[in-house]
Amino acid sequence: MKLAPLDYKRPASLQEAIAILAAHDGAALPLAGGQSLIPILAFRLAAPTMLVDLRGVPGLDGIAIGPGGVRLGAMVRWRDIEDEKRLAAAWPLLPAVISHIAHYQIRNRGTVGGSLAHADPAAELPGLAVTCDATIEIVGRDGPREIPASALFVGALSTSLAAGDLIVGMRLPPWRDGRRWAFEEFALRRGDFAIVGVAAYYDLDDAGRVVDAHIGAIGVSEYPIRLTAAEQALNGSPIDDATIAAAARAACAMVEPQDDIHASAAYRRALVGTLTERALARASA
Amino acid sequence: MKAPSPMSPNTYVGQPIERVEDLRFLRGRGQYIDDIKRDDQVCAAFVRSAVAHGRVRSIDATAALAMPGVRAVITAADFDGPIPTIPFRRPNPSIGPYAQPVIASDKVRYVGEPVAVVIADTAERAEDAAQEVVLDIEELPAIVGMAPAEANEVLLFEAAGGNVASVFVGTLGDAAAAFAAADRVVRGAFRTQRQTAMPMETRGLLAEWNATTSHLTMFGAAKLPFFNRRAMAAMMNLPEAQVDYIELDVGGGFGARGEFYPEDFLLAFAARRLGCPVKWIEDRREHFLATGHARESACDIEFALRSDGIILGARGTLFSNIGAYVRPNGITPARNMVQFLSGPYRIPNIHFEGRGIVTNKTPAGTYRGPGRYEGCFYCEQMLDLSADKLGLDRLEIRRRNLLTDADMPYRLATISPSDGAAETFCDSGDYRSTFERCIIESGWAEKAQLQGRLIDGRYHGLAIGNFIEGGASGPQENARIDVEADGMVSVYAGSSAIGQGTETVLGQIAADALEIPFERITVLHGSTTYLSEGWGSYGSRGTVMGGSAVIDAAQGLIAKFRGAAAIALDVAEKELHIANGVASAPNGRSVKLAQMAGLSCDGSFKNSKATYTFGAAMAHVAVDPKTGHVAVIDYLAVDDVGRIINPLTLHGQVTGAAVQGLGSVFSEELVYDESGQILVGSLADYLVPLATDYPTIRCVSLENYPSPNNPLGAKGAGEGGIIPVGGVVLSAVTAALQSLGVRPRELPISPPKLWALIQQAAQA
Ligand SMILES: Cc1cc2nc3c(=O)[nH]c(=O)nc-3n(C[C@H](O)[C@H](O)[C@H](O)COP(=O)(O)OP(=O)(O)OC[C@H]3O[C@@H](n4cnc5c(N)ncnc54)[C@H](O)[C@@H]3O)c2cc1C
Repeated sequence: MKLAPLDYKRPASLQEAIAILAAHDGAALPLAGGQSLIPILAFRLAAPTMLVDLRGVPGLDGIAIGPGGVRLGAMVRWRDIEDEKRLAAAWPLLPAVISHIAHYQIRNRGTVGGSLAHADPAAELPGLAVTCDATIEIVGRDGPREIPASALFVGALSTSLAAGDLIVGMRLPPWRDGRRWAFEEFALRRGDFAIVGVAAYYDLDDAGRVVDAHIGAIGVSEYPIRLTAAEQALNGSPIDDATIAAAARAACAMVEPQDDIHASAAYRRALVGTLTERALARASA
Repeated sequence: MKAPSPMSPNTYVGQPIERVEDLRFLRGRGQYIDDIKRDDQVCAAFVRSAVAHGRVRSIDATAALAMPGVRAVITAADFDGPIPTIPFRRPNPSIGPYAQPVIASDKVRYVGEPVAVVIADTAERAEDAAQEVVLDIEELPAIVGMAPAEANEVLLFEAAGGNVASVFVGTLGDAAAAFAAADRVVRGAFRTQRQTAMPMETRGLLAEWNATTSHLTMFGAAKLPFFNRRAMAAMMNLPEAQVDYIELDVGGGFGARGEFYPEDFLLAFAARRLGCPVKWIEDRREHFLATGHARESACDIEFALRSDGIILGARGTLFSNIGAYVRPNGITPARNMVQFLSGPYRIPNIHFEGRGIVTNKTPAGTYRGPGRYEGCFYCEQMLDLSADKLGLDRLEIRRRNLLTDADMPYRLATISPSDGAAETFCDSGDYRSTFERCIIESGWAEKAQLQGRLIDGRYHGLAIGNFIEGGASGPQENARIDVEADGMVSVYAGSSAIGQGTETVLGQIAADALEIPFERITVLHGSTTYLSEGWGSYGSRGTVMGGSAVIDAAQGLIAKFRGAAAIALDVAEKELHIANGVASAPNGRSVKLAQMAGLSCDGSFKNSKATYTFGAAMAHVAVDPKTGHVAVIDYLAVDDVGRIINPLTLHGQVTGAAVQGLGSVFSEELVYDESGQILVGSLADYLVPLATDYPTIRCVSLENYPSPNNPLGAKGAGEGGIIPVGGVVLSAVTAALQSLGVRPRELPISPPKLWALIQQAAQA
């Protein structure tokens, strides 16, 4: 569990970072908080010849809150989000989700960009991004581009990023006043990666019927998914026990989880239902 | 039996003295093995088998040897003559063929078995090169379960002819007669999962060879340095005096760390061969493969009962999956289950058979309360089954069968083949006393209204279980006390420190025995350089045995002080009054112990009669049936340790062990697949309890029944905290889920597993 030999650079600008990554053609990897990458290197599961430390790159660390929504720079750390107290009103689901990530020490280092690029199937931020229609800002060899979060994740620990692409930020659309929301997660210990997590929000129309329901789950497939069947069960209905139960059933029915050493597929499927029900009950309370 | 002699003015023993060790630990000044560095050191990395069972065809180290910084690659081919095997701790007639060679030569039998050692100038380079050693191993069918292993479907050791390495029989009274006379016979089969002790500091050693004096020094000793020195000297063909084991600070042992492992010898061998110090720090992934596993066991047993719940007898079979080889302590859990399953209960007629079965998994050893935790789990589940079958209250059946002081000394099942501790007797106590205290202290009367109730979506359950903890493993411990030039007193003890506060508690004992301030005493322990012979810390013995040896040394030193003071003050010895470290003559002249630089006295304590701490534990849980999550709302342990040396360190042991046990109950498991691959390789998958997981652990310690077997009256306390946890927590969970008809029979009860049982019960 010692790292294999490799080089290290700490560029001082985005251009320089992109240039180094491009010059190595996939053999160089960006280093953000290192909380996922360094263990991977210690286990010798990846063998880059160069690490490009993003900590010296200016402009990647801001949290911007405005009428257009919230923008998180790629190097924003979990604890920066916790410390940004305005988010509790501006985008309350975000800090609620982030509070489930890992432990104190890891939250001091782990970053938005690192989590998105690492693409763990049970990671919270990718789940939030997919559930909430986030936009991912990327800079590559050919300049900047943007993709919806749903187009970033293509498999477990695997993204549509090309070699040398850098995530520079993530945008969340505007948060509506009066929006109902909740996040429910089940992990085996506090701070562990989720077995299953469900994020949900919806708005109510003047008649008290659900509009624009967004429900997503982590831990049930290779990457985070929207629970569209559950959303359909909610949209247009008043929020009551029967609607919530129908949404939970629909959520269960649409997921295809896998067995692993921690939990069976049947257990994960049942949890999706339980957590959807709990999230909606809490959102509507 | 003679009554314990009360120690004169008792000022330190019994007090909550803060641990002297903590000052250095909290300031980052501990000296652990990885803090030891030598200018000319080289580092080792082990090449380990990636297959569970196979025949070694060839090992090609050419590429590895050509890598930068690589000094050597050692394989079985480097040994002239037979490959040494690692030692056994307990004599046993059948285990010989199952010993582990220090390095694989013809066969590998588990994933992680050392096949080659790469030595390079840094640990990184050694690891780089280890990846380049090419192993050609012909895979053989692997066997991971105990049932197919017992059926000898595949033989691990062809020459041995079978996969059962040892069979222990434990007997008491006449079990057959008891079963013939029973009103009711209850049968149960239960399992406990494979675990490992998981000390936070992984193993590590630095082997230093001095070619001029032909002397080997092993830094990083723990647990039992003197035994390991003896074993190492024999394996290295050296006189014992030419081997030393140096103990440093140790980040946890729990039974696994400090036993003799194959790596220990290979490092010494490499150091002698290369003529320079060889260092190795086990990494965490390696720890999962290489350090002893534990606890994988099963039972199929019966209780013979009278209709009023009195247990007449017990019989059946206990199975222990000991992995691929019999390691130094590999068969201890099997023998302990047989002897200690009856625990604190009066089971007058016993016939148990305990089998140690080899499989293609990492070899097992001892882990805190070996066999005792498993046995207690089985016994408590059998009591619940029995109570339920007889329509008795679960507490009442326990109360009726607990041993009382009228039973003492109480003979436990006798083990055969004998290993020197075949016969043992509970020493003192009324085991109902901690049970009744636990009922009161836990507020049972009030809490009992919650039993089985569904409140806010969670089922509440409560249980009380009872346990005994054997301690004071014999045969002896040694100590020496020296008065130093500056008047300070050094206490040397054979007990080793594995994080349990040895320096503090032995210092308290010495301070009282010498009647001098605690601050004037330095306790030095473990290393073989301090004493000519010693034993160490295992089997809940460090304080009882080491402390008793310190008392003997202190009494001897006082006697010598009297003699020396008599000469110095020119009076007869008997005219001297000695108190508080001062010898005073009738004429008013006096001399202090602190002025007696050079005064020194050895002491020892010989005793093979175990002590038995006893106690009860209460668990209150709340089960979320939708997730299978069990919240531990309250956990209380009440124990009687005979004599409390330091309530802080004692409660540290009890609380820590309880939390560790909760990890065993809910989350820790070493999972293997059918081909013998271990699927758990990091602490992200092996879920030890975190500081926030179990915030409500309470303990109450009593000292109403001192042990008659040592001058302190103390009993062991390092293991008792973990012994009842599996039993009592599972009982609480079954109580919670009684209305659903859920009765788990296996540990761990992780949320997914418990959820599955709840589903099954709902469908049935
Ligand atoms: C014990 C433990 C528990 C954890 N628990 C959780 C948890 O509960 N939930 C959770 O979500 N996470 C958890 N994590 C992961 C943690 O949140 C990581 O920090 C995160 O997944 C990766 O962020 P990082 O900044 O550390 O990235 P790094 O480890 O530095 O990088 C991860 C990957 O992303 C790439 N990368 C980094 N930045 C960029 C970028 N800007 N553009 C493109 N590629 C980039 C790297 O090359 C690497 O491949 C846990 C980690 C640990 C060690």
